[in-house]
Amino acid sequence: MRVSILILAAAAALWAGENNSFLIRNATVHPVSGPSMKNASVLVIDGKVAEVGEKVQTRAKVKAIDGRGLHVYPGMIDAATLVGISEISSVRETADVGEIGEFNPQLRASIAVNPESEHIPVTRANGVTTVGVLAAGVSGGFGFGEISYIGGQISLMHLNGWTWEEMTITHGAAMQLRLPGIETRRRNPVTGQINPTPFSEARKRQEANLRKVATFFEEARRYQTARQANPGELKPDLRFDAMLPVLEGKQALLIPAASEREIRDAIAFAEQEKVKIILAGVRRPGAALEDLAKKKVPVILGSPFTPAQEEDDAFDATFRTAADLHRAGVKFAFASFGAQFARNLPYQAGHSVAFGLPYEAALRAVTLNAAEIYGVADRMGSIEPGKQADLIVTDGDPLEIRTQVKMMFVKGEAVDLETKHTRLYKKYKARP
Amino acid sequence: MRMKTGVILLCGAVALLAQQPRQTLGQALGKKQPILIQNATIHTVAKGTFVGSLSIVDGKIAEVGEKVLAPAGAKIINGSGKHVIPGMIDCHTHIAVDAINEGSVSVSSMTGVGDVVNAEQKSIYYALAGGVTTANVLHGSANSIGGLNVVLKMRWGKDATGLVMAEAPPGIKFALGENPKRQGMAQQGSNAVRRYPGTRMGVEDVIRQAFVDARAYRQQWKSYEERKARGENVLPPRRDLKLEPLVEVLEGKRLVHAHSYRADEILMLIRLAEEFGFRIATLQHVLEGYKVAKEIAAHGAGASTFSDWWSYKMEAYDAIPYNAAVLHEKGVLVSINSDDASGAEIMRRMNTEAAKAVKYGGVSDNDALAMVTLNPAKQLGIDKYVGSIEAGKHADLVIYDRDPLSIYSRVEKVFIDGEEYFDRESDATGRSRFEAEKKGLLEKEKIDEKQRAPARRPS
Repeated sequence: MRVSILILAAAAALWAGENNSFLIRNATVHPVSGPSMKNASVLVIDGKVAEVGEKVQTRAKVKAIDGRGLHVYPGMIDAATLVGISEISSVRETADVGEIGEFNPQLRASIAVNPESEHIPVTRANGVTTVGVLAAGVSGGFGFGEISYIGGQISLMHLNGWTWEEMTITHGAAMQLRLPGIETRRRNPVTGQINPTPFSEARKRQEANLRKVATFFEEARRYQTARQANPGELKPDLRFDAMLPVLEGKQALLIPAASEREIRDAIAFAEQEKVKIILAGVRRPGAALEDLAKKKVPVILGSPFTPAQEEDDAFDATFRTAADLHRAGVKFAFASFGAQFARNLPYQAGHSVAFGLPYEAALRAVTLNAAEIYGVADRMGSIEPGKQADLIVTDGDPLEIRTQVKMMFVKGEAVDLETKHTRLYKKYKARP
Repeated sequence: MRMKTGVILLCGAVALLAQQPRQTLGQALGKKQPILIQNATIHTVAKGTFVGSLSIVDGKIAEVGEKVLAPAGAKIINGSGKHVIPGMIDCHTHIAVDAINEGSVSVSSMTGVGDVVNAEQKSIYYALAGGVTTANVLHGSANSIGGLNVVLKMRWGKDATGLVMAEAPPGIKFALGENPKRQGMAQQGSNAVRRYPGTRMGVEDVIRQAFVDARAYRQQWKSYEERKARGENVLPPRRDLKLEPLVEVLEGKRLVHAHSYRADEILMLIRLAEEFGFRIATLQHVLEGYKVAKEIAAHGAGASTFSDWWSYKMEAYDAIPYNAAVLHEKGVLVSINSDDASGAEIMRRMNTEAAKAVKYGGVSDNDALAMVTLNPAKQLGIDKYVGSIEAGKHADLVIYDRDPLSIYSRVEKVFIDGEEYFDRESDATGRSRFEAEKKGLLEKEKIDEKQRAPARRPS
C-alpha cells in the first residue's frame, strides 16, 4: 500500500496535467511585468506558469511547443465589455444587460453570460482571454440600464469554459454606479425619444436624484450597522447585503465619467461616501487629470475609436486621451464597452501609441493594468511564476493589425481559435 | 444662452480660418508652385511600390519614378523614411450634409444631398487629417430608392461648390433590407408613420414599380421626340423629377449605390437590375456578399464593405471580416468604406481599416491599399483622375511617417490638387492659436455679460 502511494506521488511529479501543462521553447517572451526575453521558454504546470526565462529546467515530462519565430504574451483583458451578455445589440431579446429599476446592487452579470455566444470565440481570436462583463450599459449600444443608478456587478470572466460558472473569475469585480447628471436632453428609455428639458429643471431633477442615491447609501449603511449589532435578528435584504463589500471598501464602484465635471463629481462622491472608485469611459478629463493622478483613481478608458465629444475638439482628441492619462501618471486600462468591436482592443492600444502613448504602457493597458484595477494581479495579467497560464502565442506584435494570434491558452488549456467567422469564411470560400 | 451659441459659432469660424492653408505668392498669382517629393517610399497602387520621387505641376502629378528631375522653381519636400500613398477615397459617407434621409416616402429620387452640403462641418477636416481626399456622400438608407449623391473633395476652407468633384458621374442611393422595411414595421413605443414596404418582398416591389414607371416615362418622351421630329405639333410630357434620375439609371448615365446586407436581397437586386437592363455600380455594405460572390462578379457590380463590423443588427449577424478578401478573390472590385456621418470617426484611420483585409483573408498589402484608393475610384467612375499615383492624375497625396498599414503610422501631410491642405505641424500650432482665441472670446463674453442687462428670451 505504502509503496503504491509512493509510486503514485512520483508519477504525479513526472506527469503533470496533460491538458494544462506544456513548455514553449525558443520564443520571444513578453512577460509585461518585466523586459522581453529572446530565445526564452515558458513552462506551464497544471495550468500555472512554473518558470519563465532563457534557461528553464523541465522538471516534469510535458509536451514541448516549438516557439521559433513566435512571441508569447499574457492574454489580453477587455476591462469592460458586453461580450457574452448582449448578442445582437439591436435585438432586445438577445441582450440581458440593463435591468429595470434604480438600485440593483444584487445583480451579477456572470450568471447571464451565454457560454455559446458567438462573440466569445470572435473576441478570443485576437488575443483577449479575459473580460469584465458589464451588468448595465455604460455608453453606446442599446443604452439598456440608463435609468438605473446602481446597475449591478461587473463580473470578471475567462473567455473559456463549458458554463458561466467555469468562466467566472470574480462575480463582483466592481459595482456599477451611474451618478445622476444634468440631463437637458433626456432620452425616454422605452421610446428612445429625446425630450429637451430646460437647464434649471434638469438641474433640479439631478439634485433630487442625487438625494435618492445618497439616501440609498445611507440606508445601506444603517443596515450594515444594524446587522453588526444584531446579526441574527435582522430580516435579510438582498440589495443591502450586496452593498456591504462596497461600504467595507472591499469592492470598488465603477462610475462612468467622461468629462472634467463628471470626474470631479465622482471623486467628490467617493470622498463623501468613503468608498473606492474606478472611473469608466473617461474621454475629456481636462484639468481633472491631476485629481485622478493625485487621488490614485484608476480609469477604464473610453475607446479612442469614438467620435469627438465636442465640435471644437481636435481631430485626434480621442486618440490622445490615453497618452494624456499616462503622462499624468493615471493608471488606466482599455476596454470595448460593447461586444462587436471587443476584438479590436489591441488596436485601441496600438493606435494610442501612434498618438504619444509609450509602447510598454500600451501593452500594460491591455493586460496587467486591468488585473491590478480589479485586484486580481496576483493571478493574471502578466507571465510570472505562480500566475494562471493565460497566454497568447503570436507571429508578431499583437497591437499590430496584420499580426496573427496562433495559439491561446486559458489556465494552461489550449483554446480553439476557430470562430463563426472562420467557419463561414471556409464554407463560402470553397463554394464552387 | 443665445450669446454662448454665438461664441461657439465664432470659435468654429476661427478654427476654420486657423486651419486654412496659407496662400503662397504663386497661388496668389493663380499659379501653383511645383512640388517635388524626394526619396520617399511611393505606393503608386497601380504600378508598384518603390523608393523614388514624384513631381507635381499645376495640381497634377507630372512625373513619378526612381529618379525625377525637379521642375523649375519647385518646392522640395524631403521624403526619406516617409511613405506616400494616393489620397484615400471613401465610397460611402454621410459627411458634410445638413440632412441625410428624406424618410417620408420610399422613393425619394427627386431629392439630393448635393443641395444641402455644409462646407463648415468639421468632418471634412477630420477626414482630411486622416488622409481621405475624396468622399462619396450618399443619401441615407431609410428608402428603397433614396436620393441623389454628391462626390466631394476634402478641400477644407472652400465653399460648398468648391468641394464638389465636378468630374464625378452622378449617382443615386438604393437601400434594401431592414432599414427601408423598418419604416413599415409597427414598433413598440414608436410614433413613426407606417408606410409601405414593411418586408423584403415589398422593397422589391417598390423598386420594380419605380422602374416600370421610369420605363413608361422614357417611352413618353421618346414618342414625343419622334413625333416632334416628324413635324407634328405635340405638347411635351409633364416633367417628373422623381423618374428622371431613374431614366438616367436605365440609360447607364447614373450610378446605383445600393445599401444591402443579406445574400437574398443582393441577389434580388442583381436580377431586378438585369431585368431592366442596367448594372448596379456598387453594392454598399454588402455584408453577406461573400455568399453570392459569384453572382456579384458575373453581374459586374462593385462591392463597398466594412472592415469588421458585425452583430449590431439581425441582418449583420452573418457578417464576417473576411468578406472583402473572399469578394476580392472571386473577382469582385472591392472597396472598404466608413459610412461616417458628421462624426467622421473612421475616416481618420481608413488606412488601418484596409490593413484588416490583410489580416482577415491574406489580401496583399497593395491590394488592401487599393481598397481605399484605386478601387473606390473605379467604383465611382473617377479613376481617370484620382486613386493612384500616376502621371496626369490629380495630385491628391498623403505622406505618412511609416508604412501606412501599420497601426503606428500617422499622416504628416495631405495634398489635394497639388495644394497642401493638411500638415501635422501647422495643425498643432494652429491648435494653440485657436485655444488662445477661444479663451479670449470667452473672457470677452464674461465682461459683455456683466455690462449688459440680462437678455430676454423670446417667448
